Amino acid sequence: MARHWRAGAAGLAVLGLTLTACGGAKVGDTSSAGSKGSGGKCGTFNLAVNPWVGYEADAAVVAYVAQHDLGCTVKKKDLKEEIAWQGFGTGEVDAVLENWGHDDLKKKYITGQKTAVEAGQTGNKGIIGWYVPPWLAKAHPDITDYKNLNKYASEFKTSESGGKGQLLDGDPSYVTNDAALVKNLKLDYKVVYAGSETALIQAFRTAEKNKQWVIGYFYEPQWFLSEVPLVKVNLPKYTTGCDADAAKVACDYPVYDLDKIVSAKFAKSGSPAYDLVKKFNWTNDEQNTVAKYIAVDKMSDEAAARKWVEANRDKVDAWLK
Amino acid sequence: MAIAVEKPEKADKVQPAAAAPAARKVSRRMASAAILVAWLVLFVVLRGRQTLTLAAADLTGLHHWLNDVNDTIGANRNSNPLFLYFFNEIRLAIDNLVTFVQSLISQPTGSRPVPQIGWLGVVGLTGYVSWAVGNWRVALLAVAGFTFFGLQGLWQESMDTLALTLSAVFVALLIGIPLGVWAGLSDRFNRIMTPFLDFMQTMPAFVYLAPLTLIFLIGGASAVITTVIYAAPPAIRITAHAIRSVPETTVEAADSLGTTRSQQLLKVLLPMSKRTVVMGVNQTIMAALAMVTIAALIDAPGLGKTVVQALQSLDVGTAFNAGLAIVVMAIVLDRVTTAAAGRAEAARRRSGRLLKWRRPLLVAGGVAVAVLVYLSHTFVWAAEFPGNGTTGSHIASVADTTTLWLQDHLSGLTNALRDAITNGLLNPFQTLLTDSPWWLVGAVLVALGAVLGGWRAGVTAAVCVGLLVGTGLWSDGMTTLASTAVATVLVMLLGAVFGVWMGRSLFVDRLVRPTLDAAQVMPPFVYLVPFLALFGATRFTAIVAAVVYAAPVAIKIIADGVRNVPESTVEAATSAGCNTWQIITKVQLPMARGALTLATNQGLIYVLSMVVVGGLVGAGALGYDVVAGFSQGELYGKGLAAGLAIVLLGVMFDRITQAAARRTRA
Repeated sequence: MARHWRAGAAGLAVLGLTLTACGGAKVGDTSSAGSKGSGGKCGTFNLAVNPWVGYEADAAVVAYVAQHDLGCTVKKKDLKEEIAWQGFGTGEVDAVLENWGHDDLKKKYITGQKTAVEAGQTGNKGIIGWYVPPWLAKAHPDITDYKNLNKYASEFKTSESGGKGQLLDGDPSYVTNDAALVKNLKLDYKVVYAGSETALIQAFRTAEKNKQWVIGYFYEPQWFLSEVPLVKVNLPKYTTGCDADAAKVACDYPVYDLDKIVSAKFAKSGSPAYDLVKKFNWTNDEQNTVAKYIAVDKMSDEAAARKWVEANRDKVDAWLK
Repeated sequence: MAIAVEKPEKADKVQPAAAAPAARKVSRRMASAAILVAWLVLFVVLRGRQTLTLAAADLTGLHHWLNDVNDTIGANRNSNPLFLYFFNEIRLAIDNLVTFVQSLISQPTGSRPVPQIGWLGVVGLTGYVSWAVGNWRVALLAVAGFTFFGLQGLWQESMDTLALTLSAVFVALLIGIPLGVWAGLSDRFNRIMTPFLDFMQTMPAFVYLAPLTLIFLIGGASAVITTVIYAAPPAIRITAHAIRSVPETTVEAADSLGTTRSQQLLKVLLPMSKRTVVMGVNQTIMAALAMVTIAALIDAPGLGKTVVQALQSLDVGTAFNAGLAIVVMAIVLDRVTTAAAGRAEAARRRSGRLLKWRRPLLVAGGVAVAVLVYLSHTFVWAAEFPGNGTTGSHIASVADTTTLWLQDHLSGLTNALRDAITNGLLNPFQTLLTDSPWWLVGAVLVALGAVLGGWRAGVTAAVCVGLLVGTGLWSDGMTTLASTAVATVLVMLLGAVFGVWMGRSLFVDRLVRPTLDAAQVMPPFVYLVPFLALFGATRFTAIVAAVVYAAPVAIKIIADGVRNVPESTVEAATSAGCNTWQIITKVQLPMARGALTLATNQGLIYVLSMVVVGGLVGAGALGYDVVAGFSQGELYGKGLAAGLAIVLLGVMFDRITQAAARRTRA
């Protein structure tokens, strides 16, 4: 705002601004932007937010309830799983709401360092597997049986798959047995690592739109399934222990009961937020609803949570009892 | 997986390099050709043997060991004196700095619902400072740019990013300038520093994010330190270069006057290199802004978070809006620091009358800004940016519509291009690299290094090849190398075409340059989604992303080189009857040879810095290893090893191209 060619002009401008300012509201003298009801006995609640929309939905609702019903100061921290778990030990993270298996992390932090404890199930069922776009399942219904995959292998060829069919893998966040599966089920496919959830979703989206052949690793609950309802391919049924030897796996992925993990300190703190985390429980459909508000309807986390909480007050009250 | 001990081919291939110096140029080219022919012949014979492949889920002893080291650090965090008395103190100091800057401009403190200085104060302050250190044109740009953040509905996010960037730049300069001065004065220290700087600049941040949060906890300190690691090296390098470039005679003159060492430094070296040092500050700021989206992965607040979160739901529009804010911030900060660097000179040229007015104007401006700051501290309308960012949603929806249109109308064309380059160039080259025995490729790299860059470069190449094998990721390294090489070729093609065009016409230069700036600072995450839609999750997508990021640098360097070809030479060629094509190919490009080599060097390094981003969109290999290592605890060691492999590739090519550049100039 510096008018360097005439000091007087600057002075006038300042005077003008000061005069107009006299009518404005002052910072802090009204409750215009105050944080209502913070404090209480809840204090600060550090909630890790892992980077996928389903988790964002969990966190949005829990944070909303903790803030408005319990008066907690909620600090959401956007972190990858591994780093979030590290945070249990350093006191930077109180709770993780949607944990997908991660036996290695459980071993390290729950039984090893004893900095984390389990806090029950989220209620969501995590399903991992191979999926095809709906148009393909409709045009070739037998493709959902893994035994027929070799018949179609040549259709799935791409510039990356070296003459074989391409199995698009890889959000690197989750363990995959796909390379072993392809080998042990004697499929004429090559695993190609897409490298991110973004890449996977975009691949399926393009495939459905342009009727292209794509088969790849995916999972539910996932907001994208409400946009394009991918169809799961049936692999040999999972039985307990069939995935014990990673190199010899020849069966489907287990259904994960997603669970909640909290820091050991938080569990002993007596914070009402801990009770809320412990009781928090909802279904895949419920999560998908909120995830859809966020991802498809582009609502803010807060607005999405408010909409859902207001419509499902009974359920929320049960968490608070 | 067997590691062969034999290494017979090397000796007879280095032979041709030792030809008579008179015919050196020709023989160097011939020697390189001979090496390549020998490689092809041996490839046909030995294809598929000793390729050292490692499956995606497999680990080597080294990887397990690195995992264990990481676990031990984590487990001993609370008892180790190094943590208690050293790291924790650093963390505390930096955390306080960040919190302080944030409380000034971005975050509410205590019972105050808004930061101490509101938008009006920040805009006023920015304009004033830009005018004081630069000129009124950049001040206007700064005011417009900062107001734009508010209109985009991203005021707080932008200020969070600005607060972190300023803190990081402050710390980087606090460390970087003294180290740079030292490296400028002492050759020995410079030699020790260089590998560390290479390491800091090419090691992918994904590798050190997790350990950093373990050491410095999640929060401002970790975000700042991550940024400093990447942003300090340019400050150190450019400061050292600046000190070295002070003319010998000046230093001698000061010497003969009997100045002490500290006088010499403070009165002669530092003032004389000030201009270049400010350019170093400029580069540090740019590097810091490049880390915004990465730091968001460890909860650093700001624009990076908006980008990352929008991409979880593939919301290109919102991501683009935030990316645009980063671009605007980068351009404002770049132009202001550049103007500051040229200020002393500009002031000397200006008339005395304006200079006489300058001081009172500075005072008046200062008072005006103080009033603005006071207003923004006191009144709500000046503290919180008015409106609800409708410009931002307009930008987002335009970006969405544009990408959708591009995806719908270009995908046929883009698929054809992808297939042509993948099948015609990438696949054969990758097969050659990954299916040859490791020792053959290693020997070829060493021999080429020796022929092009001299024996020193050859030795460096040999060490790097050895260490690459040691990382256990040789095959992945070769896959990455193939994509990197193809991307560099494309970068150089673009660089030559646009560089010559811009170098020959100032008008074109002015037109194209802002686009190049934008391509350099726009976070890659923003354009990955449209690229994925156009090219699918393939190695080619990774190549295109790398080209977008690396081509601007090459273009700028080549344009500069072409412009520096003496006018008289071009005129002489014109009067000798050369047509435009002949002038470009016979005069301008050959005379800009130094710039071409430098462009290759920088192009390659920039391409390598995109390997990890490539891993996110289907490039696989080292990039994917790093990404997976960041996401899965068990793969951490492998990710770290892959990061090391990227550094090794970078160092190897940097040394070879630099040595080659020195030779062509000689």
